[in-house]
Amino acid sequence: MAQHADNISKEELWGGNGSPFRISYGKQWMWMFLVSDALTFGSLLTAYGFARHQADAWPIGEETFNAMPFLGDGFPLLYVALMTFILIVSSVTMVLAVEAGHRLDKKGVIKWLLLTVVGGFFFVGSQAWEWYHFIHGTHYGSVLTAEGWAVVDYINEGKDLILKFGRGVIVDGAAAQSLFDGATATMQGANLIENEYAPEVPQYANFFFFITGFHGFHVFSGVVINLIILINVARGVYDKRGHFEMVEKVGLYWHFVDLVWVFVFTFFYLV
Amino acid sequence: MERDDLIQDNLYSLSANHDEEHGKAIRKKIWQVTAILTAITVVEVCTGAFIKQYYEGIANEYWWIVKWSFIVLTVVKAAYIVLVFMHLGDERKNFKWVILGPYILFILYLIFICLTEASYWNEVFNGPGSITP
Repeated sequence: MAQHADNISKEELWGGNGSPFRISYGKQWMWMFLVSDALTFGSLLTAYGFARHQADAWPIGEETFNAMPFLGDGFPLLYVALMTFILIVSSVTMVLAVEAGHRLDKKGVIKWLLLTVVGGFFFVGSQAWEWYHFIHGTHYGSVLTAEGWAVVDYINEGKDLILKFGRGVIVDGAAAQSLFDGATATMQGANLIENEYAPEVPQYANFFFFITGFHGFHVFSGVVINLIILINVARGVYDKRGHFEMVEKVGLYWHFVDLVWVFVFTFFYLV
Repeated sequence: MERDDLIQDNLYSLSANHDEEHGKAIRKKIWQVTAILTAITVVEVCTGAFIKQYYEGIANEYWWIVKWSFIVLTVVKAAYIVLVFMHLGDERKNFKWVILGPYILFILYLIFICLTEASYWNEVFNGPGSITP
């Protein structure tokens, strides 16, 4: 890194005989790939923003995503916050692996890279549960009442019916019962054609599946690539080279996956 | 014949290596950034969970502040990840601009054009005198 800070004259820098950026070919083109991949994700999220700005109503993140494994409902955003934290931590272990590589500390690289792979698997598993829950739907599904679509739920140990109309509107007691009795349609879960979270905007589930799915695919391929590099490190491939730049290059990809999640988290769950 | 580009490449890669003392300073920075990223995420989640967009069907008129703070915090998080974790901050200035310049230019244009168009569609379909039956 010391070399990057050096003052090199413009003529020398751009005069050929070396990279004007003073970085290796592989690292430069990993960055170029990441820029193009970032454009793909940027376009996907912008398309999501387009659909959302154009629609009249849009489901609210904390009302849709409020479940925890084994604990049920009532935990707005907690699960997805956990997922975000897992991914940030695995990004940290990756940057520590890169740092260990710069000190040629092979044992350190193996330790931190292994933890990164474990973190990646945790994230992919969390996303599998998230999808399962999203597809499966809420416990009782939604009904179409005279007032519009509402999620059905029972409070006080399953005795009292309530209807959740979204946007914080909750109807209970006799009014809920009469709306429930007059329901004309029901819906549960989500697929590419309809979803109970936003019955008026079926694209909502499509965007969810496509964007988080595309991101999950990146995480999965990142885990596989990290695993391959981990095996190479353990076999001593990079000791011969005198540097662990391959770890840095796959690290760039792994951080990028974290970077994309930061944006997905904000625009899909928070805003 | 030996390939001089490979020799150069190897030189760049080797120059990234550092000693234990350097490593200590870098690790300290990594943990600081970890703390910042975690703190921002906690703030975001608490804000999202406790401040509602709608109170019993009535829109929260201060929601736009929350929304913009989410976006600003996200960009701050992204900057830390790119500049520190991905070491773009340590690269030469010309490389930083080659990566960030075109991307920022294109994405700002795309966001502007799409959201402007979508807002217009919204007005046409849902606004006063809309064309939907």
